[in-house]
Formats: sequence, C-alpha cells, structure tokens
Amino acid sequence: MRRFVIGQAKNLIDQTRRRCCQPHHHNNLRLLSLLRPSASDSTTVYSPRLFSSSSSSSDMPGSDSSSSSLPVTLDSINPKVLKCEYAVRGEIVSIAQRLQDDLKINKDAYPFDEIIYCNIGNPQSLGQQPITFFREVLALCSHTALLDESATHGLFSSDSIDRAWKILDQIPGKATGAYSHSQGIKGLRDAIAAGIEARDGFPADPNDIFMTDGASPGVHMMMQLLISSEKDGILCPIPQYPLYSASIALHGGSLVPYYLDEASGWGLEISELKKQLEDAKSKGITVRALAVINPGNPTGQVLSEENQRDIVDFCKKEGLVLLADEVYQENVYVPDKKFHSFKKVARSMGYGEKDISLVSFQSISKGYYGECGKRGGYMEVTGFTSDVREQIYKVASVNLCSNISGQILASLVMSPPKPGDDSYDSYIAEKEGILSSLATRAKTLEEALNKLEGVTCNRAEGAMYLFPCINLPQKAIAAAEAAKTAPDAFYCKRLLNATGIVVVPGSGFRQVPGTWHFRCTILPQEDKIPAIVNRLTEFHKSFMDEFRD
Amino acid sequence: MALEYDLLNENVKKCQYAVRGELYLRASELQKEGKKIIFTNVGNPHALGQKPLTFPRQVVALCQAPFLLDDPNVGMIFPADAIARAKHYLSLTSGGLGAYSDSRGLPGVRKEVAEFIQRRDGYPSDPELIFLTDGASKGVMQILNCVIRGEGDGILVPVPQYPLYSATISLLGGSLVPYYLDESENWGLDVNNLRQSVAQARSQGISVRAMVIINPGNPTGQCLSEANLKEILRFCYNEKLVLLGDEVYQQNIYQDERPFISSKKVLMDMGSPFSKEVQLVSFHTVSKGYWGECGQRGGYFEMTNIPPRVVEEIYKVASIALSPNVSAQIFMGLMVSPPKPGDISYDQFARESKGILESLRRRAKIMTDGFNSCKNVVCNFTEGAMYSFPQIRLPPGALQAAKQAGKVPDVFYCLKLLEATGISTVPGSGFGQKEGVFHLRTTILPAEEEMPEIMDSFKKFNDEFMTQYDNGFGYSRM
Repeated sequence: MRRFVIGQAKNLIDQTRRRCCQPHHHNNLRLLSLLRPSASDSTTVYSPRLFSSSSSSSDMPGSDSSSSSLPVTLDSINPKVLKCEYAVRGEIVSIAQRLQDDLKINKDAYPFDEIIYCNIGNPQSLGQQPITFFREVLALCSHTALLDESATHGLFSSDSIDRAWKILDQIPGKATGAYSHSQGIKGLRDAIAAGIEARDGFPADPNDIFMTDGASPGVHMMMQLLISSEKDGILCPIPQYPLYSASIALHGGSLVPYYLDEASGWGLEISELKKQLEDAKSKGITVRALAVINPGNPTGQVLSEENQRDIVDFCKKEGLVLLADEVYQENVYVPDKKFHSFKKVARSMGYGEKDISLVSFQSISKGYYGECGKRGGYMEVTGFTSDVREQIYKVASVNLCSNISGQILASLVMSPPKPGDDSYDSYIAEKEGILSSLATRAKTLEEALNKLEGVTCNRAEGAMYLFPCINLPQKAIAAAEAAKTAPDAFYCKRLLNATGIVVVPGSGFRQVPGTWHFRCTILPQEDKIPAIVNRLTEFHKSFMDEFRD
Repeated sequence: MALEYDLLNENVKKCQYAVRGELYLRASELQKEGKKIIFTNVGNPHALGQKPLTFPRQVVALCQAPFLLDDPNVGMIFPADAIARAKHYLSLTSGGLGAYSDSRGLPGVRKEVAEFIQRRDGYPSDPELIFLTDGASKGVMQILNCVIRGEGDGILVPVPQYPLYSATISLLGGSLVPYYLDESENWGLDVNNLRQSVAQARSQGISVRAMVIINPGNPTGQCLSEANLKEILRFCYNEKLVLLGDEVYQQNIYQDERPFISSKKVLMDMGSPFSKEVQLVSFHTVSKGYWGECGQRGGYFEMTNIPPRVVEEIYKVASIALSPNVSAQIFMGLMVSPPKPGDISYDQFARESKGILESLRRRAKIMTDGFNSCKNVVCNFTEGAMYSFPQIRLPPGALQAAKQAGKVPDVFYCLKLLEATGISTVPGSGFGQKEGVFHLRTTILPAEEEMPEIMDSFKKFNDEFMTQYDNGFGYSRM
C-alpha cells in the first residue's frame, strides 16, 4: 500500500513537471490530496508517512519484477485511475477496524469499549431504523405472492398493500425482476415528477428524470458528457465531497476550485466564482459546469434563496451547466433556513428551459430515510437540447437500468403517505423523530466543539456533518511533521487512539492551505452523544496540555 | 445553451448501444399506440412472463422488512428455511439492506461466492479477489476502465459481440480489435483468426491488452469446448493479454455435448506457467440463468493473477460508487448457495428451476427450427445463452429498397418485421457481422405456449418479404 501510493505521488510529480499548462495552485491541490489518499464518503484518511517520502525516488512501482511479465500491472493501468483520489480504506479506518477486532479480545487494553464511526454518512449502520411504510411496500414488491395471502393483511399496513398494488400496476407485467426503461419505470418517474412539482410549485416532466443507482452514477454520467480533456474544467466547492474530485480525475478533466468562506458560515461568494473562472480561463481551461452542494457536504451550510439567485444568474451569464447536488434536501435543522431547489429558484426568476441548463441530483441514501444500501436516486435534467438528451439516454442505456427496489424507494420518498392514510401517523412520527433527533445531535455536538480550546465550528444548518476548524499549536504541527503526517490527520489519529471515535481529516475534502479541520457525522444514536462529547472534550484538553505553545 | 451537442465528449457521441436503439424506440412507440409488441430485443426473462424463483424472493422480502421476523405470525406466510436464511444474510450486513456495505460487497457473501467457485471448478477461490457489482456490466466497465489508457490500447472482442463491449470501449476512448467468429463452424473461435487480428492491430500501432470471450455466446449461443478454451488461454499467455471471461450464461446450456466449463478451471488445469501468469477476470450475474433477476442489478467478478496493487486500484475505483446495492448482493449469495436437498424449500426450488431450464431448452429448439424453415434464413442451433442469431439472406431488391429508405439493410428488415408482426428484434449490425452478411438477434424468451404462433407469424412475414423483394438475381452472401 505504502509503496504504491508513493508511486502515484511520483507519477503525479512527473506529470506535474511535464504539464505546465495546469494552473499552479490546482496542481498543488491535486498533488497534495493524492499524497493524502483521501476519501469516499466512508472513510478518509491521510496516509502520513507518504507525505515526506514522496520526494524520494528510490522506491517506485515498476521495480516489482515479479509481475512485470503480466499484461496488467500498476505501471500499465489507466493513469486516470491512479490519479483519482478516493481511498476508502485509509489509514485511520484501517486502524479503527484493527482496534475493533482487538477490542473483542483485549477489552481491558483500551481506554474505551467501542469504536464509534463518525466518518461516514451511513445512518442505518449506526442503528437508525428504516421507515416502516417504505420497507413494507418494498417487501411486498419483492415477493408479490404475499399480496394473494390473507395472512398478509395481519402483518402489513393496509396502505402499504394498496401502494404495492399501485406500484406493481405501473411495472409492465408486474415484473420487479425485469430490466426497466433505462431512465427508470415510467410510472415511478411520474410519481417523482409529481413530488418535485409539489415541492417547487413548478411543473416537472417525468421524461426529464433519469433514475440511477444512488446519486453518484448520475454525477459520473454528467462528467462523462461534459469532459473531453483536461482543458474542460468543473467549478467545485472547497471543501468538497470527494466524489467530485474523483469523478473529474477519472474522466480526465480539471477541477477548478472555489473556496467557501468559513468566516461567513461557509458562504458562497459570487466574486470568488468569478475570480476562479477568470483564473481558469487564463490558463486555457474552458469551464463547463458549476457544482454546488446544497445543503453542503462536508460544510453543512444551507444556501439562502438570494445567494441561489446570484448563482443561477452567474451560470446563465457564463454559460455554465449548474450541477446541483441536492441529496440533503430533507436534512435542514435550523428554523431560519429552508431548502430551495435550484430549479424552483431558476423558474421563480422567470428562467425556463432555454435559459439555463440545470441538473439536480437526489438520493435515497440521505434525508430522514438514509437508505444507503439500496442505491437509489435520480437526476432531473432540464435545459438541454434533445440531441444532448439522447446522448444522456444512450449512456444510461449501456448500463441497462438502475436497480428496481432503489427505483421504487426513490418514488416512495417523493410520494410518502398522506394525511388520512393508514400509515400516515406512524410515518410522520418516525420521520420527525429522526429529523428532530438529528437536529438535537447537530446542536449538541456543535456546542461541544465550540467549547474546545482553539476550535471553531460553524453550525450544521443541514446535511449530516460538522466540519470544525482546529487551530493547532505550532508544537502539534511540529510533532505531526516529525511523525511524517499531516497535522489534521495527526490529530484525528490521536483522537481515535484515545477515544475510539473515528473522524475524517479535513485534507480529504481539501481546505484553505494552512487551516486544519475534520469532518464528524452527526449520526451516532442520540444516547451515545453525551459519551462522545465527554471523550472528545477530555481528549482535546489533554492534547492541548501536551502541545500548547 | 450551456451544453451544445458539438461540445459533448466525442467518445460519448461515438458510442453505440443497439440493444436499446432505433428498433427498441420504435417498438416502444408502437406499444404506446396500442400495438401488441413482443419484446425479444433484451435478455429480460421476467418481462416476458417468467416467474421469479420463490425462495430467493421470500428471503429478500424478509430482509426488506426485518420487523416481520419479530412477528409471531411470520411463519404463516414464510417457510422456516427462508426465515433462517433471511436472518443469516441480515447477520452478514452491518445495518441491514439500508446500510452501505464494503465497496467490494459483503464479506460473507463474497465468501459464499468463493465457495461456489471452488465447488464448481475444484480449485480454491479467494473472497478477497471477488468483487460484487451492480450487474455484470458495471464490473466489465470497471475492469476496462482500468485497462484502457487511450486509443493506443486495443481490446480483442468477438464479432458478433454483445454491444456492452463496443459501447464501453468507445466511451473509454480505447480501440476495439475485432476477431470474427466462424458462422459456418457453428460460431467457432479459430485461434488463427485471433493471431491475424492481433497482427493487424499491431501493424496499426495498437497495443492489444485484453481479450473478451463470451461463453456461452451472446448473441451467437455457442458453447466453447475445453480444447478451444485451452487454445485461447495459451494464446493469451503468448500474447500477454488479460482474458475477460463473460460467463454470465453459465447456467443456460441446451445441449449435452459441451457442458459449461469455466475459463478459471481450464486455466488451473493447464498448470504452470499458465495458471500462474495468465491474468483472468471472469464475470457472473443474477440476471441470467434460470434466475433472470435482471431488475436486481447483481453480479460479481473474480480476478486471477491480478497483482495486489492493481486490485487495490480497482477497489479504489469501486469505492467511488460506495457499494453495490445490498439486496442484489443477497440474491447473489442465494444464487451461489441455493436450497439443498432436505431443506423445506428444496423441492419447490428444484421444480421451478428445472421447469425454466427445460422450457428454455425446448424453446431454443422451436426457435432455431422455425428460423431454418423460413425462406433465405439459416440459423445455427442455440447451444446456450438466451438468443438466436439467424442469418437473413437479403435479395438485391431488399438491399435496394433499404438504400432508398436510408437504412442499413438489416435495420430495414427488422423495422418491417416489427411493423408487420410486433416482434421487436435487434439488427445484426448492432453486434457486428461480416460485411455484406445480415442477421438479427431474438431472445428465446417468449413464453413457450406463444412460441409456435410467434414463429408462424415470423415465417409468414419473412417469406412474403422475400417474395416481394426477390427479383431473381442472387442474394447477400453467406
């Protein structure tokens, strides 16, 4: 592992030297984040020793003669694959998994009795229960023979049975085991379009919906379409969810960063967008699209409608496709903020199909449902000519279709039980229970973090994460350097070893150089939060006692 | 407009995927207009009325609604072995069907897959080298993405081929290097042809990196013999090619002379140096076989002789998609470890699966015999997989008419067939074929009781078509 990352670093350095047309800071960013094999949503880890050894050239891949006669070796695979940054099993999570195994045997060897995974937005793995109604419908659709059994009525709610029939009637031949239309089952897209209409107050067309296995494949599809070479740039927020950097790297494009302003609650400044756009242009990069994550990941901010209008105008003026990652649309925790879809904002400004190209991504993995394992999602594609749309359809069709239970669930989250339905009360109770508990957890953790010496943390207005800034003492930075690790990873590793809490160093998401963060989910169950706060507070105090300048 | 057609990635525009192309779109239009369409364009058994196997659906339904397991009445509608199996699979997850799994798939299911491979081949299989995927196509894309660096990299692909390969190679900007299957030898694979293809590609500066085999064949339905597989593996060894073994139809065998034999088994049988040095990735799915669970999007690939550091890179790319969907992973687990004799559900499971396979075998025969009874149509027997790929010898008059209509001749024929009979097929040009020779692909999946009628209506259309365009001058050649 170590050797190959060093190899990647070397390759990248070589490429950097060869390629002078790349923007300078951009290169540095790419280089840095490669050296820190960063993150999937799961687990981001800085791989410490790599940082300093990257300049050494002695230990390179390709010197592995045992595999040199094979057709496919590390030296001969697609360099874009090597370049992309998305290490899922980074060092901190590997350590956590080892600790977890060891805890079973050596319970007394550690100052904690369990590992608490705050590294990944995977709510059900931390005990969040699925919404009963959704799962009832899915079970009935999975085994339709149940619908003919009289005993089923004793085991399932009556509206789940009705809904399952309704959904089956929309599937040709009621065949949930068949490939569907490559955009997804038409009747389910009708339900989604109706849900979007109800949300926005503007019409939505089922033919604009492309259902996908989670939101990520949709993002990949758009990148594939937009990116022909490194001359094509995509504006991405920094800090960002690393799907974007990874997908851009895999497709051989250039990530054009724009920095969110931490001081103003991770504000998105149009002047910053303009500056970065001009900067990219001057380097010969054609910026094709702007990615916006709202609510933000890892930053948790919810954009104001006014800000969104400015963003829409910016895209319209500059001819950019707006890629709106709206997967956290149900996750808003503060009364003064509300989620507005970019489509609604654009339409309320009077902009129609001809004015702006807009793609909105939605997922069933987030929200109050948190159904990550189902891999369901959709993108709503508006403002594209029919010949472009055909190309999107074609790319979708190569993979045949997205999985049917994910499709069914995507339609259910956009058309949940209504007042008067048998399941309505329990559905609302489950939904509100989860959302209000998430809000409480976000608040408790944010307050606790802000009480720590040298730590400032913007509130999580939405999404599932806190992204505190740690003002590390020089002595800690020096100790990290001595340990050949990045300062934020150094801190996170210490935290893990002392408390069993797993968080992700900010370097996995990128950050303003010289600042240090970590990302912590708000997903551990509520009864665990006080213990987390205590352990974190205690750890931080002793860390500062050790390193305070 | 921010995204003009002209500005799109050229690789996207170049890519073609006929299985859902012009014919399919026209068929969908006709269906909307109320015409009865028989979709034989996609290997999608449940869409044509094949019933899902009961046991796996029971297990997955219980996993979808785990609260049922706590209900004292659950035994009224689920057999005890389905309940036990659901508990087993839920115990392999961390948070049920709603939580992301390991990006390579649930370790417990990968272990079951490895045990299945070991039972099938008689050689050990390592779960660490098995990745579960959202259908086999995703796996093929992941591996090709890893292999292809640019247009200088070539992939040997059979022609006719399943267009997933051409489409993916084109999306990734690589070069497809065709090798032709010999129709007159029952779609045999001649290693001399392979050599020629490689030599020709190399003379054009293409570095050939990998070879695809589809066994049993799609769209061609042939089953490769053990001797032939040995030749292929030796060829890959000599030419330093990764072999991608598309073995998704391994359950679909309709003759007894050539049972399915996996590339992995043949490779291991060959011993050193082959078994140590030939790189092989083989693909499997829950979409085919007697399962036909296309809508689940479940599959796996197994890697042999792929260096650990490359496996790490493939893992990294897999991790970008977080995880394959968990319910399909459970389907895969069930497929590789179905009910055993003595289990409560065994008899029903065996009856259902045998029923499907035997019917497919009869349908394969009805269909090939039907095609061979038609004027100017010749068709190799469907030994395996789910398709017939008859050659249609088009008279010059038809070629002329197609030209006037601005259509490729086989597209022209298939469109006429669709309009006249509602049978939705895929023109041979979507799979690649020798120049001047025309085919179409149908699945053998329409319900058995409808099969005679479908073949009658095909014959009626075809023979009239041939009469209409036959002006007595010779035909497109074999």
